[in-house]
Amino acid sequence: MKFFVSIIITAFLGYVIGLFTSFPWWSFAVTSFVVALGIEQSSTKSFFSGFLGIFILWIVLAYLQDSANAHLLSTKVANILPLNGSFTALIAITGLIGGLVGGFAALTASFTRKPMRRHY
Amino acid sequence: MRIFPFLLSAICTAGLVYLFDIQLPVGSTKTPRLGYFLSPQQGFWQNAEPSDISYNGNIKLQGLSGKVNVYIDDRLVPHIYAEQDNDAYYVQGFLHAKFRLWQMEFQTIAAGGRLSEILGADRKPNDSVFLKVDRFFKRIGMVYGAEQTQQYVEQNNPEMKLAIESYAKGVNAYIKSLKPEEIPFEYKLLDYKPEEWSTLKTYLFQMYMAYDLTGRGATTDLQMTNAKNYFGYDEFDKLFSNIKDSLDPIIPKGTAYKSPKNSPKQPNNVDIAYLNTNKGDTSTASAPIVPHKENGSNNWAVAGSKTKSGRPILCNDPHLGLNLPSLWFEVQITTPTHSTYGASFPGSPAVIIGFNDSIAWGVTNAGRDVLDYYDMKFKDTSMQEYWYNGEWIKATTRKETIKIKGQPDLVENIAMTVFGPVMYDKTFKNNSTAGKNLAVRWTGLDGGSGLLAFYMLNRAHNYDDYLKAIANWKSTGQNFVFASKTGDIAIKQQAQFVARWKRQGDFIMPGTDSAYAWQGLIPIDENPMIKNPTRGFVSSANQEATDPSYPYYLGAATNFPLYRGVIINRKLTGMSNITPLDMQRMQMDNYNVFAEMARPVLLKYINDSLLSSEQIKYVDILRKWDLNSDVYSKGATVFNAIWDSVEVALWADDFAKSSLPMGWPDESTLLESLLRNGDYPFADDISTPDKKETVQDAVIQGVKKATKYLISLESRGLLEWAKFKDTKVSHLLKIDALSSLHLPIGGGKHIINATTDTHGPSWRMIVHLTDDIEAYGVYPGGQNGNPGSKYYDSFVNHWATGKYYRILFLKKEQAETHAQIKWKMTFTNA
Repeated sequence: MKFFVSIIITAFLGYVIGLFTSFPWWSFAVTSFVVALGIEQSSTKSFFSGFLGIFILWIVLAYLQDSANAHLLSTKVANILPLNGSFTALIAITGLIGGLVGGFAALTASFTRKPMRRHY
Repeated sequence: MRIFPFLLSAICTAGLVYLFDIQLPVGSTKTPRLGYFLSPQQGFWQNAEPSDISYNGNIKLQGLSGKVNVYIDDRLVPHIYAEQDNDAYYVQGFLHAKFRLWQMEFQTIAAGGRLSEILGADRKPNDSVFLKVDRFFKRIGMVYGAEQTQQYVEQNNPEMKLAIESYAKGVNAYIKSLKPEEIPFEYKLLDYKPEEWSTLKTYLFQMYMAYDLTGRGATTDLQMTNAKNYFGYDEFDKLFSNIKDSLDPIIPKGTAYKSPKNSPKQPNNVDIAYLNTNKGDTSTASAPIVPHKENGSNNWAVAGSKTKSGRPILCNDPHLGLNLPSLWFEVQITTPTHSTYGASFPGSPAVIIGFNDSIAWGVTNAGRDVLDYYDMKFKDTSMQEYWYNGEWIKATTRKETIKIKGQPDLVENIAMTVFGPVMYDKTFKNNSTAGKNLAVRWTGLDGGSGLLAFYMLNRAHNYDDYLKAIANWKSTGQNFVFASKTGDIAIKQQAQFVARWKRQGDFIMPGTDSAYAWQGLIPIDENPMIKNPTRGFVSSANQEATDPSYPYYLGAATNFPLYRGVIINRKLTGMSNITPLDMQRMQMDNYNVFAEMARPVLLKYINDSLLSSEQIKYVDILRKWDLNSDVYSKGATVFNAIWDSVEVALWADDFAKSSLPMGWPDESTLLESLLRNGDYPFADDISTPDKKETVQDAVIQGVKKATKYLISLESRGLLEWAKFKDTKVSHLLKIDALSSLHLPIGGGKHIINATTDTHGPSWRMIVHLTDDIEAYGVYPGGQNGNPGSKYYDSFVNHWATGKYYRILFLKKEQAETHAQIKWKMTFTNA
């Protein structure tokens, strides 16, 4: 439960801070860090909730814009980058880049605490 | 707290952010900043415009004096209705920026010698293409020329000044309204930001066009000097002959010209000091950007006597580089003073080629030589004094700073002489300029009234207004074609043309003697022109404007393509009851009149008994070809391959020993020589001293060589003309993914449909001057410069297949209810 809540809050705050477009693109790293600071989880779970929060957020946002655009621009960009014109690959890479930064930011936060005792 | 894992993880996070926040080098280029570029809220995803986007809006902006309504049609053409002229230009600036901001800024950055500032020098700074272009443009005086024109306009043409200022305000209003995530795609790709627009940029853009249209001389004068010095003047004059028997000039042959008011005198020592300078004393290579030779165009107007309706029809298709976003942007501008429609330049106010409710006009390049080099003699390497008319004269110095991304600035110190800037000197040279200081004399650097001619044409009602308007056109020679609702047609070649003595300025001239300076200009009323000729049409296609009886020297033959003029005049002479549809077909005509004249010359020398069956097969394709360079034509490809191979067979030996760039004579020069005289002196292969080759030897050798090439083409499926030619419309950054490739279009060099691989009709327009004007147009691009918009390249297929759009030229009441109007924007003062 905590895990899912944490993903949702990471995504939500990542989205909100992203609305301030004059801030750097990586501002969500700060919010992801804060979420992991507030919601106590194991380091692994912190990483994955940070990762998935931003990964999902970026994929959903990219997907929405891409479908409304009928894949016009993403196909061109996927030929420049080069991803063989695959907009799916481009969306995945978008998610991956956001996710990695979000995940590591959350992981960093989790290390501010002592290791949690494992509940079996 | 777990210090070690914490630090490690923090470093990883920071490292990832850093890695995704810089441009990573890949091969010779760099990636965008990936984190930023792929961020859905900031990066390129924001430029993915929804297919069903609405452009409606009520926009409040500072600096408008009245209300402006803009109706946007289904092709994304804005129809601007303003209560004040300057409000219209304000909104035009806003809309140009809205749809074309990156392009309009990039073009002026290139013209101003600032590419390195944006793109950085490549890894090998000494060999950086960007830096070469920047230095070249700074040194030829692009910024200087823009400043001169701005100064002149601001002192002499208050209306024009105001229009350009209003336009700049509109551009800046748009830039200010942009949120960071809304900047155009290319800024994100290259990682920079839009800057404020200045009025100087409109003038810089004009310099960009001036260079594109008249700057070929910056290269050809040097190459011709090389060739003249290499062959000696007499041989040169045979090889690069100025005689053109096939010429059908703009002004019909036999027209009488009045005696000239200005008779330039040839310097006394022209033989020893200019024409017959030593063999072997050769000169510079070419410029980093050479304007396309076929930068030209067709225009014509037919009188009511030749049309079905009894009203004139005017046609124009300017041939320029085919780029995305397009050079052109269609717009209608309606104010209480005028109502005008046409193609405008993003970067400039008003309409450049178009029509209003009384007249229509179009332009082609005149090709006249307005750029010369002078060889300067400086006292010492400080370049502060130069020898002129027997004394030392002080030069001034102009400093031009080139900023280079990530590197220290480069400062160009350019000596300014009585002729103009010293473009080539010890700091800016190439393999063969060593020791030379070349000053450039170019009308582009003389302050002129810039766009005033077009500003006035937008408002012209009749022939007199047209003449008054174009009298203001000074820098780049253009053929202005004209037609009015009242039935007049006319054409005039207009600019400030130099009154030249024969061959003046075809080569580098001595810079020490004022006898070689320009001796004044040709009076405007002596420029070639014709109104309502009895033959019922006027036309131009970049050929020489007149026959040799015109009392001034027009310039070297290489400046003037010959054949489009011949076929246009032949067709128009033969037509009657003309309709706009006939004119559409004619603009798309693929008949090759050069091949019509050249094929018999080739076939005359081809003897099947000297050829293999494979070679005969291709010769047969040539024999059976219908002379149309259509999409599927194989004959067109065969003809081009054989002709090119024959040229190589004839000339390669003659040019082989010079390591310096000379440029070969034009196809037309060769064909004219062969038609005149079968005993072509350059047919002998000078590398085989024991044998004397003939033209026939060259032709047979050409066929054999071409056959090998054609076999290889055929095996790759490239024998059909359009496949072989492979026309594309390239993005300005030459990125294939953003370009339209492999277009199915015929035509080519010497053909009315002058579409080559990267060059051709950049805007086709047909205006029928009926009561409610009936106009058609199309250009290879789309109104929206955003590669993420479906309007980015929406006209390209129509253009390639020869279709036209019926232009909507609407009164305001019509626009309010017209079925093809999709969006409405209103602009009011904030």
